[in-house]
Amino acid sequence: MANVFSRIGDWVNERAPNLAPTYRKHMTEYFAPKNFNLWYYFGSLALLVLVNQIVTGIFLTMNYKTSALEAFNSVEYIMRDVEWGWLIRYMHSTGASLFFVVVFLHMFRGIMYGSFKRPRELVWILGMLIFLVLMAEAFMGYVLPWGNMSFWGAKVIISLFGTIPYIGGSLVEWIMGDFLPADATLNRFFALHVIALPLVLLLLVVLHLAALHEVGSNNPDGVDVKHGPKGNKWNPEKPIDAIPFHPYYTVKDLVGVGFFLTIAAFIIFFAPTFGGWFLEHDNFTPANNLVTPSHIKPSWYFTPFYAILRMIPSFFGTAIWGVIGMFGAILLLALLPWIDKGEVRSVRYRGLGFRIALGVLVFSFLALGLVGAGVTAEVIPEWFPGADVTTWENAFGRLMVLGYFGFFVFVWVYTRFGFEKTKPVPERVTMHD
Amino acid sequence: MIKRTISSIALALGLAVATIPALASEGEGLAPAGTNIRDQASLQRGAKLFFNYCVGCHSLKYVRYSRLASDLGLSEEEVMTNLNFTGAKFGEPVISHMPADDAKTWFGKDPPDLSLEARAKGVDFIFNYLNSFYLDPTRPVGWNNTVFPNASMPNPLWELQGLQTAVHGEAAPGQEAVVEKLQISTPGRMSPEEFRGATRDLTAFLEYAAEPAALERQSIGVWVILFLAGLTFLLYLLKHEYWKDVHESH
Repeated sequence: MANVFSRIGDWVNERAPNLAPTYRKHMTEYFAPKNFNLWYYFGSLALLVLVNQIVTGIFLTMNYKTSALEAFNSVEYIMRDVEWGWLIRYMHSTGASLFFVVVFLHMFRGIMYGSFKRPRELVWILGMLIFLVLMAEAFMGYVLPWGNMSFWGAKVIISLFGTIPYIGGSLVEWIMGDFLPADATLNRFFALHVIALPLVLLLLVVLHLAALHEVGSNNPDGVDVKHGPKGNKWNPEKPIDAIPFHPYYTVKDLVGVGFFLTIAAFIIFFAPTFGGWFLEHDNFTPANNLVTPSHIKPSWYFTPFYAILRMIPSFFGTAIWGVIGMFGAILLLALLPWIDKGEVRSVRYRGLGFRIALGVLVFSFLALGLVGAGVTAEVIPEWFPGADVTTWENAFGRLMVLGYFGFFVFVWVYTRFGFEKTKPVPERVTMHD
Repeated sequence: MIKRTISSIALALGLAVATIPALASEGEGLAPAGTNIRDQASLQRGAKLFFNYCVGCHSLKYVRYSRLASDLGLSEEEVMTNLNFTGAKFGEPVISHMPADDAKTWFGKDPPDLSLEARAKGVDFIFNYLNSFYLDPTRPVGWNNTVFPNASMPNPLWELQGLQTAVHGEAAPGQEAVVEKLQISTPGRMSPEEFRGATRDLTAFLEYAAEPAALERQSIGVWVILFLAGLTFLLYLLKHEYWKDVHESH
């Protein structure tokens, strides 16, 4: 039997001599720093969720009906009459939310350890493009069940393009293919959700990894292992503090996969709606353009950006400032390699100012999420009876908008004009476990 | 560092979990329904109430009679004689025979399908709604509801609950008096305690109807999680074994 396999291997090698070297380059001879910690699980987990979304998505399309008349019914058909349909659908809907959980943590890791800094700017930019496409993908997927929140969410988000001067109105109609989100909108969103955007996403993921493997992974110390001493027990020319990705990080990532799947299974089997956060109550009612849900809000992963949109007031007779703010919030993240000019990568050796600023960024991002989800509007009257909810919510929300954008302004000033007092960076990585 | 990382993740998770009830408690001030869909007898009693008092107006268009039989532990004959009063076939969904046009004339609107009501409004809402009807001669059908004011629906369970009337508080000048509480003015066939039990069964039935998969979801989930926990442990041992190389190379 082994003989058969080796003969097949030889046969392939003869015809594709570069295949095995490519595998080695990216797996067994891709040397990664040996000091990765908990934060380094989320990249491989994002890949796992992507695969889950594609596989469960394929099975969902087998029974989903792309039509404003049938979409909602077909989702219930999947939930009730298709064998294991409920499981596939919950895996897909939970996967969508968990995708954003792991991607947010993955991005935070990059900011915290300075993984976006030279020479990894291209890796970061490609990652931000993935994030942007992922948001479009999630938004369009959310429309497909054609529940009432699908409908109104689509209406509100597409209307954002209406704030663009001159062309806004026609642009909105062009996107929807109708005067309201309707059958035409649903069909084109289906096409984009199941084939166009996933193809772009896969391509970007390949480029993201290829770009990473060109420059090598960063690590929690932000130390360049490539510039350190050479020669480890696997290869005399490779950095002493690096280990082959396969098998060491593949087995380590598998432990992360096990943990992650256990948590995911808990949600899928015991709390698939996650208290209305992953699947909203209002989306169990079919789309109806005559009945507006009491609180229109996007899925939780969009709420920080949605809050920025809502908190920035309109002036000069246009509401476009909020839209600019919302997209600007993402653009600034993408530009971080040129905003943060600090030489030291990892938060472990950076100045106190950066640590505090990073805390402010995380706090305001989470707080904006609560504002966008309408939690503050519910909590304010409970905690401060008699307070004017709108005034208080705006005051808090705008402070958090300042916190979010303040991070970028502060970090630029802090690093551009040499205010940062960094700690000495060690010569070699430190292992903490 | 690891400890700090874990505690910061725990904090983030804690923040996320702490906000769950904020959205989950859609209806405030509602008494908990206290339903248990794993209690098959409760589901059967709820089904009986639904098919005696509700299906005249409301459909469950996503629920098939055959599915009811298998999920509620009933035979085809029991379902067809005791629950199916519309002449539908065993494999067909539960569709009310009320003509939509007549419904609009009688109630002002078409009675909604109740297949997903428990997921859209929540079980607490349904339970409280069913207990909060009162006589109100100012309304077209003579009934009102404190949980859903000015509902177009009369109380279908009045002969069980009896007739409830509202006790109004002092009216503020220029405003209508608020309903302070409801009291039974004419007793029905059930005591208040029995009626709460009956409406709890009915609510449980609607909760089941909104997500039949919920019956098997949790019992499968226990095994899946046990399997994954075991797998994770084995993977950890595998990692530990491999990483001995790395730790030796220090």
